Amino acid sequence: MAFIEAIMQYGFLQKALLTSIMVGIICGVIGCFIILRGMALMGDAISHAVLPGVAISYMLGINFFFGAVFSGVVTAIAIGFVSQNSRIKHDTSIGIMFTAAFAAGIIIITLLKSSTDLYHILFGNVLAVRSSDMWITLAIGIVVLAAVYLFYKELLITSFDETMGAAYGLPVRLIHYFLMTLLTMVTVASLQTVGIVLVVAMLITPAAAAYLLTDRLWIMIFLASGIGVISSIAGLYFSFTYNLASGATIVISATAIFVLVFLFSPKHGLIWRMLRVKKKRASLI
Amino acid sequence: MEKAAISINDLHVSYYGNEALKGVSLSVQPGNLVGIIGPNGAGKSTLLKAMLNLLPKDKGDIKVLGKTVKEVRKKIAYVPQRNDIDWDFPITVLDAVLLGTYPNLQLFRRPKKKEKEWALECLQRVGMEAFKKRQIGELSGGQQQRVFLARALAQKAELFCLDEPFVGVDASSEETIVTILKELCMQGKTVIVVHHDLSKANDYFSQLILLNKELISFGGVNEVIQSDIIERAYKGQFAFMKEMGV
Ligand SMILES: Nc1ncnc2c1ncn2[C@@H]1O[C@H](COP(=O)(O)OP(=O)(O)OP(=O)(O)O)[C@@H](O)[C@H]1O
Ligand SMILES: [Mg+2]
Repeated sequence: MAFIEAIMQYGFLQKALLTSIMVGIICGVIGCFIILRGMALMGDAISHAVLPGVAISYMLGINFFFGAVFSGVVTAIAIGFVSQNSRIKHDTSIGIMFTAAFAAGIIIITLLKSSTDLYHILFGNVLAVRSSDMWITLAIGIVVLAAVYLFYKELLITSFDETMGAAYGLPVRLIHYFLMTLLTMVTVASLQTVGIVLVVAMLITPAAAAYLLTDRLWIMIFLASGIGVISSIAGLYFSFTYNLASGATIVISATAIFVLVFLFSPKHGLIWRMLRVKKKRASLI
Repeated sequence: MEKAAISINDLHVSYYGNEALKGVSLSVQPGNLVGIIGPNGAGKSTLLKAMLNLLPKDKGDIKVLGKTVKEVRKKIAYVPQRNDIDWDFPITVLDAVLLGTYPNLQLFRRPKKKEKEWALECLQRVGMEAFKKRQIGELSGGQQQRVFLARALAQKAELFCLDEPFVGVDASSEETIVTILKELCMQGKTVIVVHHDLSKANDYFSQLILLNKELISFGGVNEVIQSDIIERAYKGQFAFMKEMGV
């Protein structure tokens, strides 16, 4: 209750709440496509790869959004280039490129002598969200949701059967990089809330829980956003009440939901599945 | 003379310099049910993918209905090999068939009632309407293949390309699929099927393409299934051929 009163009272908390709700929604939406395309590792890679971009933006005094999107997309292209033009497998290529980008980012930030910022970028500090950050998150959210709404057909078909998409003339490469761009934007929006290191959890965990709950993509997308929002709010509550890093509390909340779903999902959950088998076998005795 | 459904002229395809197809030329008239046969690694899938413009060509050209593949690609339906599909994907049978209507929908347009009814009709044609709400992974191999045939039907294509549609498929599904393919040919569509088993080639196909990197033989089924020609394609694998009933 104290939490609700505090929200009414403090502007910084309202901003934190709005930002983390938005982050929960867009991470859930993009996360569905990421896990269905088997690109969980790619999500992790891109989120780490925005670091040098963020650092250089600080250095140049521009909004970190531009630098982050730039270095994320460049890394995505480099990953694709290496795996398509050599025998290096995709996951290996991912490992090489994102660690390189991340390492470069750490060096740049260290040279700038700004280690508190580094800590916040890595682990998130939602309680320090400024109005401008909130508006950026909101704008990114609108762009991402509009893009997924408008290109839903194309995203669905290239996720499910890319060959069919290519056969009838969809630019599947372009769609891949388009999705990578959206992923980078989502990562940037999540920087303040969960931080670079844990963004991947917000992308994957709610989407994975939703994946266990339904057999239809659009329902999965709504469920993933819902789970993302609930985790964000719960995480913010624990962060505020117990003075913990917001990224960590949000991710732990999401994980808790995932575990519940994993056990109790009506169709794909462990418990019901075991019970169904047992019942069937009992009926045969 | 009518425009050829497919005409291929001196086609060369390689994977990073490793030759997979060498100087293939042929032309198929509309209304034919054509089988592509040949030993493993003969380039059967490669030929199919080249016809769909999914692979870069080193040389030669392919015309479908007298036009380049790019111009008519919406009229070409492709049924992928079963192991190319993620069967855990959250999509129901009917929604999977509905994907067949996407090529003919404009950007930003959603499938509406009309498309959904058409998809259901296609699903009925392959005898799978009872399963429309199932997740696609919860079907047998034969049922899955029928669903993908329904998706191809939903595309209202002129040319149908199927890659090994009968692998892991029960006999009754195979029969349903063949019947539908024959009906399509009757309506003047053209169907190309990559196929492994020669024993039923006679019943199924009107023409055969026998490949082994090069085009060994192309023509009516009876011309192609002559043991000396077959032997040339399969070289040492003759014992294996006998098993397959040639
Ligand atoms: N992606 C690829 N990269 C490199 N070489 C390939 C690739 N795909 C196929 N090949 C080679 O090209 C040749 C033709 O392959 P293709 O898949 O067309 O054969 P196929 O006739 O379909 O065989 P199967 O009966 O086993 O399906 C083979 O020698 C194969 O090794
Ligand atoms: Mg093949």
